[in-house]
Amino acid sequence: MKLSRLKRRLPNGRHGVIAVPFVWLFLFFVLPFAIVLKISFTEADVAIPPYTEIYTWADNQLSIVLNLGNYLMLTEDPLYLAAYLGSLKMAFFSTLICLLIGYPMAYAIARADKELQTVLLLLIMMPTWTAILIRVYAWMGILSNNGLLNGVLQGLGLIDAPLQILNTDIAVYIGVVYSYLPFMILPLFANLVKHDLSLLEAASDLGSSHINNFWKITVPLSKNGIIAGCMLVFIPVVGEFVIPELLGGPETLMIGKVLWQEFFNNRDWPVASALAVVMLAILIVPIILFNRNQAKELEGKV
Amino acid sequence: MKRFGFSQVMLWLGLLFIYLPMVILVIYSFNASRLVTVWGGWSIKWYVGLLDNTQLMNAVMRSLEIAFYTAISAAFLGTLAAFVLTRIPRFRGRTLFGGMVTAPLVMPEVITGLSLLLLFVAMAQLIGWPQERGISTIWIAHTTFCSAYVAVVVSARLRELDLSIEEAAMDLGAKPWKVFVLITIPMIAPSLAAGAMMSFALSLDDLVLASFVSGPGSTTLPMEVFSAVRLGVKPEINAVASLILLSVSLFTFLAWYFSRRAEEHRKRAIREAMEVTASESASTWKGAPVAPNP
Repeated sequence: MKLSRLKRRLPNGRHGVIAVPFVWLFLFFVLPFAIVLKISFTEADVAIPPYTEIYTWADNQLSIVLNLGNYLMLTEDPLYLAAYLGSLKMAFFSTLICLLIGYPMAYAIARADKELQTVLLLLIMMPTWTAILIRVYAWMGILSNNGLLNGVLQGLGLIDAPLQILNTDIAVYIGVVYSYLPFMILPLFANLVKHDLSLLEAASDLGSSHINNFWKITVPLSKNGIIAGCMLVFIPVVGEFVIPELLGGPETLMIGKVLWQEFFNNRDWPVASALAVVMLAILIVPIILFNRNQAKELEGKV
Repeated sequence: MKRFGFSQVMLWLGLLFIYLPMVILVIYSFNASRLVTVWGGWSIKWYVGLLDNTQLMNAVMRSLEIAFYTAISAAFLGTLAAFVLTRIPRFRGRTLFGGMVTAPLVMPEVITGLSLLLLFVAMAQLIGWPQERGISTIWIAHTTFCSAYVAVVVSARLRELDLSIEEAAMDLGAKPWKVFVLITIPMIAPSLAAGAMMSFALSLDDLVLASFVSGPGSTTLPMEVFSAVRLGVKPEINAVASLILLSVSLFTFLAWYFSRRAEEHRKRAIREAMEVTASESASTWKGAPVAPNP
């Protein structure tokens, strides 16, 4: 009796199965955020690593110096505020455009024949596996002043002088929508394909129009897919670096780009950390929303 | 029913929007002219020139090496995570675990990259490892975010599985690990392979994480491409980009094709097995003790 109770207390295979991924993710995903938080309270220093220590032990005194200067700087310098607002605006409107383009596409795939459906899904999925860098680079050649788009428009006689599209916010919008559209379509499809079509038939039999059916039945039923798709686009776009760097111009202020410059160009690790902490604070609500939604999906409770 | 409604039109326009830029890029990589905007006839000279670029070739080999290790470790870790999420309903810290598995899917890469770098710096100060950042630190970073993708793909499969097969094996006295290796793994093999290949592709593509956690002398292919792309459009980069595009597309297509074939094979085997059992039980039912079927 005692032995069996002891056996239950001891770590068994089940604990091992939980522990391996748990420890790995905790060590390399959660713990690093604590370090970012710590570094954000230090001061930049000419040293290796380039920041001051928070705790110092000298003359039997433990002194803890929390430097709030990085956070104060974020509020004082209008550049940072503009970058946060620019990122949020970019993420909001790109998510909206992705939803408006992606929903009809996902709907069409979900209602297509089974054979065609697998091919269409592959076509949507393929770009998500290809480097975002290369797909953005493809647009650089198309949008530049002497690029293909301006060449075609001039050739058709629609415009006289080349349009400045590359290095503007419009180019960033095009790049973001282009890169993140598949991430909107896939969760929407996964949701729409499960719908029970007899509901629509029943509504039609009772005299409801197609448009009414769509807004009153299909859209409310696909709520989870819409949330998942929007979060999959919105959250990463807020921190996006590659697209604004390559397609945007000097006036394109986005927080991912600013963080990158602070870290790599100015070598100011504490300010970069403070920027990351504030970004995370802004994104924590959408991330939790996404996690709840995913947890339901992962466990199969729809 | 309308055949060509609004949604169909949007679908084909959307696909055109997704694929046209890539097709244009590939076509222009065969442009003989040095000027990227002028068409100077077909040529493969930019591709031939790549082979002489040793720096680039080194970066390619390094990226392939990291991607290979990442695919294996992420498949292992992601499968374990998926198993825990679908088969162990209650344990302490389950909500945190679920969050840790799904959050890397959406976490902006600049945050993950910065935080991992700071972790590695702190670890180097505390325990003396890693002294130098390079392939191993990039591998850790890639494994962490790729295992989240594997977990999503594999858990979708695990949920669909018929639990009764695993339960039957356990009732017959098989140990849990034996059930997992002999029954669960073969049944989830297609999605396991798909997850591994996805990790390979994601690792090969990653720029931001690698930039943060790499050290001097460990430049990966995307980092090499990025530093060249920043300076503008060049025919050599068109060639590199087209090669990456074509190889990843081919790779994706093969992954999809094989997993689909395996799936069809599996379904057919199940159907045949069921037909056999059905006919056998039918014959025993009718009059098994009298005479066996000819």
